[in-house]
Amino acid sequence: MSPPSATQRVIEQTVRAAWGRILASLVKTLGDFQLAEDCLQDALVSALHHWQRNGLPRAPDAWLITTARRKAIDRIRRSAVHKSHEAELSHLADLANEPIEDQVIPDKRLEMIFTCCHPAIEGQTRVALTLRTLGGLTTDEIAHAFLVKPETMAQRLVRAKRKIALAGIPYSVPDADVLPQRLSAVLQVIYLIFNEGYSASSGDDLTRPNLSDEAIRLARTVADLMPSEPEVTGLLALMLLHDSRRAARAARDGALVPLDQQDRTLWDAGKIADGTRILRKSLASQRVGPYQLQAAISAAHANATSWGVTDWQDISGLYGLLFKLQPTPVVQINHAIAVSYAQTPEAGLAMLKSANDGSLDRYQPYHAALADLSARAGHLAIARQSYETAISLTENRQEQVFLAQKAAMLATRLS
Amino acid sequence: MQFMCLIYSAEGAGPQPDTPEWGPFMQGYVDFGKTVQDAGKFVAGDALQPVATATTVSVRDGKTETIDGPFAETKEVLGGYYLLDCTDLDEALKYAAMIPTAKHGRIEVRPVVVWDN
Repeated sequence: MSPPSATQRVIEQTVRAAWGRILASLVKTLGDFQLAEDCLQDALVSALHHWQRNGLPRAPDAWLITTARRKAIDRIRRSAVHKSHEAELSHLADLANEPIEDQVIPDKRLEMIFTCCHPAIEGQTRVALTLRTLGGLTTDEIAHAFLVKPETMAQRLVRAKRKIALAGIPYSVPDADVLPQRLSAVLQVIYLIFNEGYSASSGDDLTRPNLSDEAIRLARTVADLMPSEPEVTGLLALMLLHDSRRAARAARDGALVPLDQQDRTLWDAGKIADGTRILRKSLASQRVGPYQLQAAISAAHANATSWGVTDWQDISGLYGLLFKLQPTPVVQINHAIAVSYAQTPEAGLAMLKSANDGSLDRYQPYHAALADLSARAGHLAIARQSYETAISLTENRQEQVFLAQKAAMLATRLS
Repeated sequence: MQFMCLIYSAEGAGPQPDTPEWGPFMQGYVDFGKTVQDAGKFVAGDALQPVATATTVSVRDGKTETIDGPFAETKEVLGGYYLLDCTDLDEALKYAAMIPTAKHGRIEVRPVVVWDN
């Protein structure tokens, strides 16, 4: 295959940017995810053909949706059941006959993301479906990102689209009484996408930047559509602030660089400023939530010019608040680490140990924290043992190397 | 769309007859029935006799086999159902969550097939 031409790249970019909005609008008109996607795919084939010959049209989005609607008419007419779809057909024909320049594409992306993140759909599939429909990633790209075979991912997506149709999953923004719960499911999907890109759970690549960027793009879209939901903007701020450290958190050989050793000049000042500004605006709504608190913690690190001037009192207080909203082991472990700096390593250790009722015995971050805090408190034998346990509990090569180095540094202190 | 809400619970779980909890529990069903009827969602609904009354029948090679007991031995058994007419899954789930047994059992919600002809 020859390398893509400049036109082809422009076409691909245009399509990527417009994909979610066009697809969402088509699903609304056609009432069918699979049909909408097939028609948009048909329209893309036509676009590649026409645009490469005649150049990009003045309104590429409108061109695509009009073509997709015409393809839909063809597909419905060819299908056996078209007699029961006369009303839709005439509505589609009206839409498709409007001049391309007059086309306004109604924004139904919010409806689409709530459908894709519906709790009636299996968790991992929600992630894949959101990336496919709203993000416009291809099935192959999604399969690659999640390390599964393209056919497996394609099947999973087809099954999910079938379930949406057959189970009667609505294409709408949920009612106010269930909205908080359903919005939190949407945000969870976006954050999962980000984290999958930020720290690959297995394999050699420490970061897969495309998924982190994709999650930020999705959060911006949802934030634009729901500007008065502070947790949406809180999540956006959190991801920008985390992502500002992308270039500093992996060494040239791919090894993980912890926060205290990162070269802070590598941090992305633009993302820090953007994240901090968005966070301030979110907090001003006075409806604090877990994402805003995590963003505030990330901002405290991002705005410290060196590890030494980190405001641990502030961070420890924020973790305390976060634990009230989200009483999970991860939060308590991080709270204990913050306390170990804000007060003493011993105080942190006491808090850490009280967090483990036995359920964290096989939890890698617990043992890594136990090792670090024990070392700083001078309990070197416990520290060494805890590093060994932590190493045995992770499958990520970079994390193993990082923990082994910490253990080796400890050995020089022991001898 | 019509949705079948299948009510499952372990026998012996939840409020039992001749206990103080039984009256309010049954009243909950009366209230729920009224709620779905007033909202125009009710199509049908019944409670089933205990699973010990179940008989399973099958036909193989033209021969009818009749077996005492349910199709599958499970801890949670089907105890009744509601057939509701709702606009979409979200509405069906909202009503399913109001069925009193949802508090100790589970409600499986499934759409009814509409034959395209």
